[in-house]
Amino acid sequence: MKILIKNGRVIDPMNARDGVADVCVAAGKIVAVGAAPADFHANRVIDAAGLVVCPGLVDLSVRLREPGFEYKATLESEMLAAAAGGVTSLACPPDTEPPLDEPGLVEMLKFRARNLPGPRVYPIGALTQKLDGKLLTEMAELTEAGCRAFTQADAPLTDTQVLLRAMEYAATFGFSLWLRPQDVSLARGGVAHDGAVASRLGLPGIPTLAETVALATILQLARETGARVHLARLSTREGIAMVRAAKAQGVAVSCDVAATHAHLSENDLLGFDSHCHLMPPLRTLRDRDAIREALRDGSIDALCSDHTPVDEDEKQVPFGESAPGASGVELLLPLTLKWAREMGVPLLQAIDLITWKPAQILGVAGGHLSVGSCADICVFDATAEWVVTPRTLASQGANTPFLDHAMQGRVRYTLIDGHLDFEAH
Amino acid sequence: MTASLPDANSLIDALAAAIAPGFDPDTRIVGIHTGGVWVAERLHALLRSPHPIGQLDISFYRDDFSRIGLHPQVKPSNLPFDLEGHAILLVDDVLYTGRTIRAAMNELFDYGRPSSIRLAVLVDRGGHELPIRPDFAGASLHVPAHQNIHLSRLDDGHLTLSIA
Amino acid sequence: MNLQLSADGRLRHLLTLDGLPRAILTQILDNAESFMDVGEREVKKVPLLRGKSIFNLFFEPSTRTRTTFEIAAKRLSADVVNLNIATSSQTKGEAILDTVDNLAAMNADMFVVRHSQSGAAHFIARHVAPHISVVNAGDGRHAHPTQGLLDMFTIRRYKGAFHNLTVAIVGDVLHSRVARSQIHALTTLGVPEVRVIGPKTLLPVGVEQMGVKVFHSMEQGLAGCDVVIMLRLQNERMKGALLPSSQEYFKFFGLTPEKLALAKPDAIVMHPGPMNRGVEIDSEVADGPQSVILPQVTYGIAVRMAVMAMLAGGAAA
Repeated sequence: MKILIKNGRVIDPMNARDGVADVCVAAGKIVAVGAAPADFHANRVIDAAGLVVCPGLVDLSVRLREPGFEYKATLESEMLAAAAGGVTSLACPPDTEPPLDEPGLVEMLKFRARNLPGPRVYPIGALTQKLDGKLLTEMAELTEAGCRAFTQADAPLTDTQVLLRAMEYAATFGFSLWLRPQDVSLARGGVAHDGAVASRLGLPGIPTLAETVALATILQLARETGARVHLARLSTREGIAMVRAAKAQGVAVSCDVAATHAHLSENDLLGFDSHCHLMPPLRTLRDRDAIREALRDGSIDALCSDHTPVDEDEKQVPFGESAPGASGVELLLPLTLKWAREMGVPLLQAIDLITWKPAQILGVAGGHLSVGSCADICVFDATAEWVVTPRTLASQGANTPFLDHAMQGRVRYTLIDGHLDFEAH
Repeated sequence: MTASLPDANSLIDALAAAIAPGFDPDTRIVGIHTGGVWVAERLHALLRSPHPIGQLDISFYRDDFSRIGLHPQVKPSNLPFDLEGHAILLVDDVLYTGRTIRAAMNELFDYGRPSSIRLAVLVDRGGHELPIRPDFAGASLHVPAHQNIHLSRLDDGHLTLSIA
Repeated sequence: MNLQLSADGRLRHLLTLDGLPRAILTQILDNAESFMDVGEREVKKVPLLRGKSIFNLFFEPSTRTRTTFEIAAKRLSADVVNLNIATSSQTKGEAILDTVDNLAAMNADMFVVRHSQSGAAHFIARHVAPHISVVNAGDGRHAHPTQGLLDMFTIRRYKGAFHNLTVAIVGDVLHSRVARSQIHALTTLGVPEVRVIGPKTLLPVGVEQMGVKVFHSMEQGLAGCDVVIMLRLQNERMKGALLPSSQEYFKFFGLTPEKLALAKPDAIVMHPGPMNRGVEIDSEVADGPQSVILPQVTYGIAVRMAVMAMLAGGAAA
């Protein structure tokens, strides 16, 4: 299958390219960007005039809900949703049932995913057995089975000695640890940012300290052990400042934020909308603005969707009883574009945060449009407007705070390994 | 139109003159908010009643509550006497459908059992929807359904009837 | 979108006092004055809500509050059904909305809701059909608007006005829905100085942003107050490392005659009940001449009648 993507505005951050060009795809690879080779005869021509052609998105956190939570979403539905969101590679956290703590489970997931259309699935292995925070998993075995990194996801790790040993062990092999900084005790019982809004609404709070105290521990241990640490889902201005300082001192850390947190704040909780029940919680406007600025200055390395489809029944309860999380893999691109528009950030820089930079964190080959690389490509209309509704989302989870909001920017084609896995109608 | 309406103060005088001959001094005078209370106050003076005047706000008894809701300015009812076994002279400004009077009688009975109730109104404008007729009326007028007769009181206490 | 008010500004639901205009609060208090007299008549009833069905939906047990709502509804001639869901179908796993839908199918006109989760009343109000009103009878730590209103009614009866008062709210503000409703009502009604007094562990983060002054000592906080509102301190607060003991709490934050003497001589003492004598309040104060704790209960019925009558009327429009 040979595909010619004609006349699109090619934006490829890794190669610092932003300009109209043709992209030729053959046998799953990108064979040319610019003039097509003389002998190139496309089976399919995509007219991308007026559209943007960029590397397929790399999303650092997409919950596929298999195994164990098929009532919330299925592999089929979420793979399709990811493709519809322009995502061609995704990292899948291990908080499934059972958790991804054994090579067999990881192989099964990879096998199931490989036989479905949709993005490349990179499982993140459980850091501890059953995610219970006590015994380390067989990280080397899990790596051989295909795990790209290790994490507790949102499960607590209360024992600092376990964390120290996990880092030492991971550092031995060069594995990377993805940690969401949140002190379990300080966050206990909380459902919202511990600030003026939670006080007003009478919602139990999670203080900023829950993030900074955990970060202090993680950064100190990372400094000591030399482990490669990726900090997942930062949410506070103070936390961002700590990571910025650690990076400046040469600590090997990277970090990401969820796209929701670049737009929303605690103020969005004022109507008790359970769709705004997220983990980490939406924080103050000041925190949100710090996130937006840190994305611009590069202190935050990547944006991800933190896609968490939830069964509707789990949101149709009072705020504090609702399951946290938002469906978002289809909103990663439009929310990134929205941030870029509002901040006056060029597209080249914005797209870097959802392609090349997360690809490096995940340690995979994608995220760019170099000739000879795999043809993982997203073609989108940057100006197309659409409204988020359960019908316009492919995900089985329609739980998003952006329900009924207008979005600008919609994916038209997603190519994965040279196959047209998604085409908008 | 106002010019063609009778003078409210002369009507009250006539009303008092009509009530006076058979007026038992034991009778308690009760006015219905707001216009009825003004009329009742004048009658109370003219009839030289020795008892305090009663005031009813029938907002809690209206049969159109479920359509129009609670009146924005409900005043407390005030019956500063025991009406059990006593004659009541119920006073209102305008008798129209009769629903206000029905509500007022319902409310009176929640305070006790009067020996009798007689009704005095300043104007009976017709259009009755219930078998309620005044015992005394200052005037009987025919007013089309789309118009309302309204009693207002000036700062000097002077009462005026108007039509709109 | 304002869930509580209809397009023409009438009360549709009563969920919180936060954001309700002063005119509505005043109207509720004025109407409550009118209803005060109903309780003293031979027939303690008016036919206003005849034929209406009111369901007391208590997901969290409370005999006192439920009883006052029940009496208020009955004095308005409504039919009242009490459901203690804490002990019925919820424990069998029935979702709140299924319970609500079932009762709505029985032609309910109004739900009086108490729930342990903040926002539960909002959640139900957003779900019900337009002709059904929801009254929040306490949701988590969030709001207890009828209690807040009856407290305002009490203050107005004893103090006449709001614009010249200093009011102190003492104790566990952090866990108190009552305190939150009081603060919103007091600031909306124009009380120039609202104080909260308590240890740092029992005051919510950023409480100053609700328009109050924060004090950590009774001596400073009570000085010059016209109204002292004591909050109930629950025993479980001693478990979560919020306080060491109820004795130590009483020593520093309990209201004794000596501490009350720091307030103005004609200051009134209020408590939403039920009281923990010897924990937040000394019996001598609770039963003393400045206490208006029992009148609060009486006023609670008139205030709830006013709210229900306005809601039934507002929903009709």
